Amino acid sequence: MSPADRLSRPRLLHPVAWWAWGLLLAAAASRTTNPVYLLLLLAVVGWVVVQRRETGASSTMGVFLAIALTAVAIRVVMTILLGSAIGGRTVLVDLPEVPLPDWMAGVRLGGPVQLEALLDAVYHGLQLATILVCVGACNVLADPRRLLRYVPATLYDVGTAVVVALTYVPQLADDARRVRTARRLRGHDGRGVREVARLVVPVLESSLDRSLALAASMESRGYGRVTLAQKEHRRSVALTMVGLGGVLVGVYGLLDSSTPAALGLPVLAVGSACAVAALLTGSRRDRRTPYRRDPWRAPETLVIASSAVAAVALSTAAARDAAGIVPPQVPATWPVVSLPLAAALLAPLLAGVLSPRPPRRAALEDRAREVAQA
Amino acid sequence: MIELIDVRVTYDPDSATRPHLQTGRIRVPEGDLVLVVGPTGSGKSTLLRTLNGLVPHFTGGRLEGQVLVDGRDTREHRPRDLSQVVGMVGQDPVAGFVTETVEEEIAYGLETLGLSPSAMRRRVEESLDVLGVADLRARPLRELSGGQQQRVAVASVLAAGPRVLVLDEPTSSLDPVSAEDVLAAVHRLVHDLGVTVVLAEHRLERVVHHADSVLLVENGVVSPMLTPQEAMTRSTIAPPVVRLGRRLGWDPLPLSIRDARRRAARDRLPAVPAPRVADRPLAEGSAAATTRRLHLRRRGTTVLGEVDLTIRTGRVSVLMGRNGAGKSTLLGCLAGLLTPTSGAVRVDDLDPSRTPPRRLVHAVGLVPQDAASLLYHDSVARECAAADVDFGRPAGTCASLLLRIAPHLDPDAHPRDLSEGGRVLLALAVVLTGEPALVLLDEPTRGLDYTAKERLGGVLRELAEHGHAVLMATHDVEMAAEAADDVLLLADGEIIGDGPAREILCDSPAFAPQVAKVMHPAHYLTVDEVPLSEPETAEARP
Repeated sequence: MSPADRLSRPRLLHPVAWWAWGLLLAAAASRTTNPVYLLLLLAVVGWVVVQRRETGASSTMGVFLAIALTAVAIRVVMTILLGSAIGGRTVLVDLPEVPLPDWMAGVRLGGPVQLEALLDAVYHGLQLATILVCVGACNVLADPRRLLRYVPATLYDVGTAVVVALTYVPQLADDARRVRTARRLRGHDGRGVREVARLVVPVLESSLDRSLALAASMESRGYGRVTLAQKEHRRSVALTMVGLGGVLVGVYGLLDSSTPAALGLPVLAVGSACAVAALLTGSRRDRRTPYRRDPWRAPETLVIASSAVAAVALSTAAARDAAGIVPPQVPATWPVVSLPLAAALLAPLLAGVLSPRPPRRAALEDRAREVAQA
Repeated sequence: MIELIDVRVTYDPDSATRPHLQTGRIRVPEGDLVLVVGPTGSGKSTLLRTLNGLVPHFTGGRLEGQVLVDGRDTREHRPRDLSQVVGMVGQDPVAGFVTETVEEEIAYGLETLGLSPSAMRRRVEESLDVLGVADLRARPLRELSGGQQQRVAVASVLAAGPRVLVLDEPTSSLDPVSAEDVLAAVHRLVHDLGVTVVLAEHRLERVVHHADSVLLVENGVVSPMLTPQEAMTRSTIAPPVVRLGRRLGWDPLPLSIRDARRRAARDRLPAVPAPRVADRPLAEGSAAATTRRLHLRRRGTTVLGEVDLTIRTGRVSVLMGRNGAGKSTLLGCLAGLLTPTSGAVRVDDLDPSRTPPRRLVHAVGLVPQDAASLLYHDSVARECAAADVDFGRPAGTCASLLLRIAPHLDPDAHPRDLSEGGRVLLALAVVLTGEPALVLLDEPTRGLDYTAKERLGGVLRELAEHGHAVLMATHDVEMAAEAADDVLLLADGEIIGDGPAREILCDSPAFAPQVAKVMHPAHYLTVDEVPLSEPETAEARP
């Protein structure tokens, strides 16, 4: 019996818990450019995904990894080609400089490539890559569609629109394929800009038809029969919008090191207050009921706490300008690594142990174990 | 349960034309299975949509008279308020799905009702069981087969606990077996749960014997409630078994195979010798298309095993098999839309997947499953003109073809306003403009009424006589019986039967047409083949 089973039977962890876990790690990554810390975070995220990925879950991780690698590559290539403001002393290669016309003054193509500039590019690229991988991990561990079910009642309509849009994307692709097939059947090869333009009208037509059918179906099934009174609705929407705006600005202020902390915290607090007020107004009057909500128990709290440790540790260290959080670029040296901080970054690993095992995967694992024992 | 009192629906109140729907006084008692019968475009869907208030609340238009469902007037109650009284399932279940998975879809309506979570859980489980979809609960809706999707759609409206279920052509795109599944589920709802069901359906042969009463709709005029017997005597459209009864002067008219067989046994009809209609000789045409060990795999699954077949000119061949058996894939390979994994396809000495579309369209033409996707101009005439340009033919080629196969189509009409059958014929005319030797049709009978099917069958026969090779994929056994020379049966990507229609269809329990079932073991396919009067029938009995 695994420790996870002691805490909770196999089930899917609350999606909000997984997203909070991943986003906290992304926030931590946004604080440092130290490659050791970043690689540690990547390893932690990777291991937890391997441990807690449900069998048959979406495998969008590949897409995120590809984007992350592209981000690093673009950053590095740009630095090599265009140089960087960092400068540095150690010249690795001296590329021939391409003469550019006058009006492009200030842009340099080619020229010396310094180790320091290259390292800076790699570090920043790695930071971006880590953030992307964290978000990708959220996607794999908890389907964003499940997350949408927890959209607060006040934003229910927006949530529904997003869900419908998400199901429309594959259908739109089907439509496009069908229309292209039809073009081929009329002797066109379906390639080129003009052919693509030909697709637009039929595809729009059929999606309009489908929207009408969907609207009729939703109407017949009681969509929108329980709503807030007009006045109350407007008030709660306004509160929500102000609240979310506040939270957004606040979080930005907290995460972006160049804005004063004084802007971040108060705005975040006011924003959160508005948002909570809005949610309360909305949910008090909302009589819609949720179907099979995931419970919020100890594992959810523990999972969030595990990554909060990492995020808080890095943020405080960054606020205190501790050595090694943002390694000095010139001259190039080995980045300083503090052991307690590294330990704190390993804490989110606990999520891979404490969170309940996903049910389908647990069933497969148990069967495999039984077979092995027999 | 349902009461319609002098209902008149008009969409355009200014025009003095006749209303789109007109009824007298109709009362549907609780627990009835009511069948709504009528040609396409006659107003069946409008009638069904008045029952939960979609007409006029959602569609607009003007409704005079009164529609009362369970005592509630639809003028005062919007469809959303009636969701616990009337459950409505449309023709295309996929278009009505709001969520991603089966279970969430069923819970969706309950969430909007504000049912307590525990009651909701119970209702969802019950609905899953009643429609027999419990084992699909976590599956994504898009991955289900058509029959499963339709049953989930019914389960999802049933969960709200309506006493009335309204189904608009629930089986029109399903193969016979899946259609049977859906209808069996509906039958169970009527008999075990006492749900009142109002059902529109084109293929009467599937449902008419289950119905308690029938509403005939013609040109927007709804008949009073009729018994199925009465309705079938009056209706212009009738399933083969009824037409057989009419032809032989049986009274009462048989509605099911069982009725007809009993009656036929009394008349000693199966003893009638094999039909005298001579089948046309087999080795008539040359090969228009051949495949040799055609094999196609997609994402690791085998769609086509090893298919060897020859399509001959001058014959109508029909491709049958359950949904997902590989029919569309096979047609796609022949039309050059798909590239086989291995094996050879030859159409008119061309390899379709390697031939540029511009050349290929003169060898093979395909009318795709959704014929409308082939049409994208705003009038029939312009569509034809565009086809002449597309296929590099002199102006007027397509228009004259259309005049031959569908003289009733108005050249100024918008293709989207045509009936389903009209659209198929227009798409066929477009494809024929390229003068392909091989004509392929993928499920053209979807949504077609008997008249349209008859016309299509006639057109296909005529094409074959003009030397085309015709291959049509269809679920419709009656259509196959009317039009086919040869039948190809496809199962699991393999050809499991290939031969003259009479042989293949009459021997198969799933694909036998109604006449063959009644006349078994004599091999009759269509009503017209059955000899009119035998010396020893009616007169010989006291």
